[in-house]
Amino acid sequence: MRRVISILIENEAGSLSRVVGLFSQRGYNIESLTVAPTDDATLSRCTILTDGDKMEVEQITKQLHKLVCVYRVSALDEEAEGGLERELVLLKIATPNRNVRDEIKSLADIFAARIVDVNPEIYTLQFAGSSTEADNFVSTVCKSAEVMEVVRSGVLGIARGSHSMHN
Amino acid sequence: MTLMSGAQMLVRTLEDLGVDHLFGYPGGAVLDIYDALLDSKKIHHVLGRHEQGVAHEADGYARATGRVGVCLVTSGPGATNTVTAIATAYMDSIPLVVITGQVGTPLIGSDAFQEVDTVGITRPIVKHSYLCQSPLDIPKYLRQAFYLAASGRPGPVVVDVPKDCVGPSRRFEYPEDQQVVMRSYNPNLLGHRGQIKRAAKLLSEAKHPVLMVGGGAVISKAADKVRKLAHDFNLPVTSTLMGLGVFPGTDRQFLGMLGMHGTYEANEAMDKADLVLALGVRFDDRVTNSVQKFCPAAKIVHVDIDPASISKTVNADLPIVGDVDTVLGQLLETIEEQGIVCDKDALEGWWKQIEQWRHLDCLRYKSDPQLIQPQDVIRSLYKATSGRAIIATDVGQHQMFVAQHYQFDEPRHLLTSGGLGTMGYGFPAAIGAKVGCPDETVCLVTGDGSFQMNIQELSCCLEFNIPVKIFLLDNHTLGMVRQWQRMFYRGRISSTSLNSNPDFVALAKAYGHEGFRVEKPGELDGAIRKALAMKDKLVIVDVVCNTDAMVLPMQQMRGSMGDMFLNED
Repeated sequence: MRRVISILIENEAGSLSRVVGLFSQRGYNIESLTVAPTDDATLSRCTILTDGDKMEVEQITKQLHKLVCVYRVSALDEEAEGGLERELVLLKIATPNRNVRDEIKSLADIFAARIVDVNPEIYTLQFAGSSTEADNFVSTVCKSAEVMEVVRSGVLGIARGSHSMHN
Repeated sequence: MTLMSGAQMLVRTLEDLGVDHLFGYPGGAVLDIYDALLDSKKIHHVLGRHEQGVAHEADGYARATGRVGVCLVTSGPGATNTVTAIATAYMDSIPLVVITGQVGTPLIGSDAFQEVDTVGITRPIVKHSYLCQSPLDIPKYLRQAFYLAASGRPGPVVVDVPKDCVGPSRRFEYPEDQQVVMRSYNPNLLGHRGQIKRAAKLLSEAKHPVLMVGGGAVISKAADKVRKLAHDFNLPVTSTLMGLGVFPGTDRQFLGMLGMHGTYEANEAMDKADLVLALGVRFDDRVTNSVQKFCPAAKIVHVDIDPASISKTVNADLPIVGDVDTVLGQLLETIEEQGIVCDKDALEGWWKQIEQWRHLDCLRYKSDPQLIQPQDVIRSLYKATSGRAIIATDVGQHQMFVAQHYQFDEPRHLLTSGGLGTMGYGFPAAIGAKVGCPDETVCLVTGDGSFQMNIQELSCCLEFNIPVKIFLLDNHTLGMVRQWQRMFYRGRISSTSLNSNPDFVALAKAYGHEGFRVEKPGELDGAIRKALAMKDKLVIVDVVCNTDAMVLPMQQMRGSMGDMFLNED
């Protein structure tokens, strides 16, 4: 089962390698990984998309929590309406003629994507949404034009409601 | 106020942390530290002969004394040589601080002479690690390292110190009375009250309870409370290899060790138990046999300070996260408050059943008038030391014979690599133990395979007058591997014969020690007593013994706890 785990780690040298190392060392899977400092500069927030059954995810969160550099761990569960997930996608598309450009423009409108860079024969699109929406967006664009490059940020997650990892 | 260099602050911090012995091996990156050490009157440096030995010595010191073991090695190969010892300490949750030299910070990442990424190499086998960036990091990180190593679930901590952080040119005011503050690390000692009440209730209802203790009970110093609970409730007690001594081996209620080479009665009791109260254990695969068939009838109450150990392999019906001694204190209090008693009739029946299993006498073996059996050596050593010695072992058949035949009555008396199974661990561990406990008799029981993996430390023992007694079960083979080849590989003996051993007696003498050889069963008791009587001497007793001896009983692979190969005669 697909799970999103949010981790607050001490923003110091080696923290990220401990988190990533734990996954490889114990045979856990990383589908995607994002990390950046938070508004509190001493902490970084790391979001990992993994998969595993309930017991595996429980063991992953326990092992993460055991790392001395890990401040908080939380497993989001979107299916239980527990969390929000978002991915950012950048798509570079060949737009050799007007037909393709129009088609892309209209797809961008439908998916609420933005055209963020325009060259005579290349458009770059930016899309934000859930992973499923991102999949749909990419596959739809692929059918209408030649996609030159796809970059996905990996999943970001936050809990719904009042729950906050910083409290 | 005198200003201090990083090296001086390092030595001063160790002194302030109460370090009396430092095991180490010098080298280029730690020259400044060794220079500063010359001025310390409080820290005695023990020079090993190989960095693996050095780190195992610190580990043996930690296990025998309960204090943090500290070692100091140089960068590069000095650091990589400690890796096996760090992993050994990690698997057995031993408080160890490993100070490694590192090339100067401007050189880090340049593939400099004797540079390795020590923090990176050791990352999966440490509780935590530090790379100092400035001299002032040294006292701060060392204090944190000691706190981390010894608290919660203990473990090794590496402090990597670049050469420019310890050099004489940069001097600072020494930070006195620095407090350790770590917001991301808060081990939980106290058990959950509701869970403890539930555990007390389960105990009162149990018909076939078993108390199972492990290394966590040693670490938390829970022996008194384990004994009280067991005696108050007339509970059968079994122990993992790491827990031996927490409950007296000579007590009628002790069933012996459980697991692969555990006793039949301990394993059968686990298999038929309706309640297992597991204290400071991690249900290692050498204990559980097939997890699917493990204790099918039992509710499992699992007390451990490490939440990640709970329900990792064996699902806990009642998890209690906390320090074993603290939780037992809470449990005993609850039992008293609520007037909880055991089901006496049920326990009487349970003990009758256990006595039947015990009657099988699963550890019996056939003596031979001409050939010394390895079990003879352990039994004779037990008698000669009145069961009171600190025994270090290496890994293999002799290790299991010690666990089976030496009845440990106190914790911290068996020093053995349980988790990693490190051959070569025993001798340096015995050295560390003797340094930490100079008034105790410290014996090494080893094999001719294991002993040769850190034999160079004989030189260290002469220099520092460390008179450990070495009982070498010399069977000219890697006995445990050979046993598996005989049992599971159709007797095809592959690379396990050791037919080119040195003359260990001559070797002892070459290193300036004493040694003698025993070949006849009739000479064994006398030889062991003679060695023990030579108080100030390291003695190697080279006991030539049966090559074909087997460690039995032994669990059948993928079976239940009670499925065992037994001695046939």
